Amino acid sequence: MTITATQRYAYTDLPRLMGLMTGDEKHGPAATSTMDALWVLYDRVLRVAPDRVDDPERDRFLLSKGHGPMAYYTVLAAKGFVPESWLPGFGSYASPLGHHPDRVLVPGAEIGSGSLGHGLPIGVGTALGLRAQGLDEPRVWVLIGDAELDEGSNHEAIAFAGPAGLERLHTVVVDNSSASHARPGGIAARFEAAGWSAATVDGRDHEALYAAFTAPHPGRPRVVVAQVEPKSA
Amino acid sequence: MDTMRDRFAPVVSRLLDEDPRVAVVLAEIGMDGFAKARSRHPDRVVNVGIREQLLIGTAAGLALTGLRPVLHTFASFLVERPFEQVKLDLGHQDAGAVLVSAAASFDWPAGGFTHMSPGDVALLDTLDGWTVHVPGHPDEAETLLRHAVAAGDDKVYVRLSVQSNTQGLPVDGARFRTVREGHAGVVVAVGPMLDAALAATEGLDVTLLYATTVRPFDAAALRRATETAGTDVVLVEPYLAGTSTKEAADALADVPHRVLGLGVGRRELRRYGTVEEHVAAHGLDPASLRERIGAFLGARVHG
Repeated sequence: MTITATQRYAYTDLPRLMGLMTGDEKHGPAATSTMDALWVLYDRVLRVAPDRVDDPERDRFLLSKGHGPMAYYTVLAAKGFVPESWLPGFGSYASPLGHHPDRVLVPGAEIGSGSLGHGLPIGVGTALGLRAQGLDEPRVWVLIGDAELDEGSNHEAIAFAGPAGLERLHTVVVDNSSASHARPGGIAARFEAAGWSAATVDGRDHEALYAAFTAPHPGRPRVVVAQVEPKSA
Repeated sequence: MDTMRDRFAPVVSRLLDEDPRVAVVLAEIGMDGFAKARSRHPDRVVNVGIREQLLIGTAAGLALTGLRPVLHTFASFLVERPFEQVKLDLGHQDAGAVLVSAAASFDWPAGGFTHMSPGDVALLDTLDGWTVHVPGHPDEAETLLRHAVAAGDDKVYVRLSVQSNTQGLPVDGARFRTVREGHAGVVVAVGPMLDAALAATEGLDVTLLYATTVRPFDAAALRRATETAGTDVVLVEPYLAGTSTKEAADALADVPHRVLGLGVGRRELRRYGTVEEHVAAHGLDPASLRERIGAFLGARVHG
């Protein structure tokens, strides 16, 4: 495979790319809660590439938390799915890059999102559909936010996927303490109660994220809670 | 006589055997009929439990991997409860599915309003690109189910009901059928309303069209009928009254016309009882229909 674009950008380029959307060049990578988890996934975990967006054997990454998608577009640009030249038009009428992503418009986007609580149920169906077709290699990843877990639709999916033993299904919960009503440890506990394998890690620590993303979890779906600074901080 | 729903599991079980793209998604309701198919195709018959948001989301995920999902539960839990999933997980994601509902407007009156869905077709009318089949007989249901599953990656709704006409007619999954021709008005009977509409218009000088595929609406058939029968149109629908009034008006937008939309009333009756009692309460029995159609079309309809 020859993906020249993937070699062009490093983690240190991400603030500049994001600045093309926001007009602010002073962004640190921590400016959005999801940036580090997204980067580790796309850089080291997901088996996806711009020339494989229709390959049945690719991994599926579903961005369920469609709010604040600049980090997602930044990573998609850094990995060559969308051209850098698209970024400055972010949110404009002619741009494929909206404030919530649309899978029909964005190469590499597996789902459109924006309304919270839709990604995990679709991820369940994606995992079942791959299994039904004997596609044993592709894994399914869904990124959600801690406050997104307020939506009951997630709990329909969590409660189903554990007992169903959907091993290929992975959820990353980026926890920036934005839920109004939550208890410490509550996120992982809810997944564990449904039979998921769970880990809670520092969402800014790339090695910790990588280790949690790649740990074996035979027969069970996997959740990684990536804790970052509280939104209000 | 068996019901439309009695045909559902056997027909779709055969389609599971014939077509490796077909997958069935259920939310507990209707599981029994698929027991054998599930043992043959354990990965393509999925029961998500009593989780209707997951029902639609799962179907969308299956479709995004290339499968042809067929979903089933009562209309109130298939269209109304997870409506945003229908709008986004299927429509916005550009994913296709076949939604097959049971219980219709008041198939189980003793179950009360929680199990009634007279507004399902009207709700789907707020969305783009849905095909809606409303069979009037189990044989028609079987044909239309096959059309629905075979329709590529289209979004298709099939509305099954215990209300049924005594005889099935040939249906093609697209066009209205002319049942009777006259000169003083056009009556469009949808699905299970045909027998009542036939009885109601006995001896009246009207053209009677039979519709089993209501979306897309066969505007060409309605226009053709008005050429000899005039542009007074009565719609007799087994769901919310007036659901297709806009379709008829659009079909006749460039000619003076009148439209009367008959169907299930909006007001909640807060009554249990039988299907026949609810048909009568909504004025959809032959005598009530005849009175309302006659009053709308006027004296000349009696020849």
